[in-house]
Amino acid sequence: MARIIVVTSGKGGVGKTTSSAAISTGLAQRGYKTAVVDFDVGLRNLDLIMGVERRVVYDFVNVINDEAKLGQALIRDKRVENLYVLPASQTRDKDALTQEGVGKVLGQFAEDGFDYVICDSPAGIERGAQLAMYFADEAIVVSNPEVSSVRDSDRMLGILSSKSRRAEQDDEPIREHLLITRYQPERVDLGEMLSVEDVLEILSVPLLGVIPESEAVLQASNAGVPVIMESGSDAGQAYDDAVARLLGEERELRFVDARKKGFFSRLLGK
Amino acid sequence: MNDTPAFELKGRLLTLTVLRLFEPHVVNLAMALKAKVEQAPGFFDNTPVVLDLEPLQDGHKVIDFPALVSLLGNHGLLVSGVLGGNEKQRRAAADAGLGLFSDRQRGAEPPQPAPEPAPAAEPEPRPEPEPEPEPPARPATCSARLVTQPVRSGQQIYARGGDLVVLAPVSAGAEIIADGHIHVYAPLRGRAIAGAAGDVDARIFCQSLEAELVSINGVYQIKEDLEQGVPGTPVQIHRQNDNLIIRPL
Repeated sequence: MARIIVVTSGKGGVGKTTSSAAISTGLAQRGYKTAVVDFDVGLRNLDLIMGVERRVVYDFVNVINDEAKLGQALIRDKRVENLYVLPASQTRDKDALTQEGVGKVLGQFAEDGFDYVICDSPAGIERGAQLAMYFADEAIVVSNPEVSSVRDSDRMLGILSSKSRRAEQDDEPIREHLLITRYQPERVDLGEMLSVEDVLEILSVPLLGVIPESEAVLQASNAGVPVIMESGSDAGQAYDDAVARLLGEERELRFVDARKKGFFSRLLGK
Repeated sequence: MNDTPAFELKGRLLTLTVLRLFEPHVVNLAMALKAKVEQAPGFFDNTPVVLDLEPLQDGHKVIDFPALVSLLGNHGLLVSGVLGGNEKQRRAAADAGLGLFSDRQRGAEPPQPAPEPAPAAEPEPRPEPEPEPEPPARPATCSARLVTQPVRSGQQIYARGGDLVVLAPVSAGAEIIADGHIHVYAPLRGRAIAGAAGDVDARIFCQSLEAELVSINGVYQIKEDLEQGVPGTPVQIHRQNDNLIIRPL
């Protein structure tokens, strides 16, 4: 039975696609057969971040419309075994997605023996985002440490708990995780940014990880490499921790304190 | 290839607002209703109601259902059916396109002599002195509504006819409404509206008052005014005349 995980946020530009790419790669690296699905029909990006944009033949909408088989549309990653990308259509819009069609495709992943399906949600709370989360078993809510992003995440959590299939069928609720991205400890210390504690206090959702703001993210995106594969970078390591926690491991939080702090200031600071 | 059914019929128990009708004249009703709605404008927002005709079922009172339905509709009350009433009244209701609830569906209220689906004969005009003094029409109070999950931005929870108890945070942008008291055993960051059906004695209790707005039966304070209060400590809020009094617990 494939476990369906939606990566969502409400707000745009917070790092959903980067996180979807990193987390799906991390799961595949650990040996799980994983697919990552781009739900952002019309604004396709995931294929770029995953570095497979030149190999797109068929897309998600083709599979929904029975114009291609799932196996034909899935792009196998050349670097990581067990990792597959299902790109979005760039020429259609989100109305091309239907609940029935999405359910059918997600069912096929289970039949094909996938362990995890990561759904990369579009921004907003409209059709595309709602369909991305409708069938989810787990949700990773991505938030930046600033008020508008946190409020949108809160709204998304409300929708997750009321408009998903699990909510409608009165099943066990979607398991929620919070992923804080673009974290800058120095700016938190200056009071310019919400701290991890502030965000947790407002959202009260278990913390999956904190990804520091990092140059590595932009470089990796431009190069089409999921940042988790840059294992020397802080963001890559933080994503690796997040994947470990997703699988139930305990990992200490890293990269949440300002780097320059000396021994004494750390001693006195906290 | 479409084998999913187009619909599904299910029996469900729902709580409905019952409007007990003491007065068949639409004009008098209109005035009474106007006065009621002025207390809480916009309160009845597409609220389904069932008309209880039981107080009018004796005698020959004729009810103009189409006029009544449109009057109530103008105030946001959607008549979904009638309860009680004599044969003629029920037939008139059916002709106006209203549903007929049988008296067995009356629920927890004491059973009334059921209006038999009698033969065409008029129900005998019974001696008038019978109508016993009805208790004033108050919304039936059900037990408090309990919410254990966080109330998120954009969500709205309404405890109709009773109290609301919330055990998790109420986020900024969320709205909780109760006809009775509101208790929040966590930070209250959204909007809280108590006594929404007109109860001036309703109170709001919360663990930490960080609300965007608090209101008791129409008297409200917004965040700007509240911040001069006592943030971060448990408080209760009640209404005194036209003011909200906020006191630490």
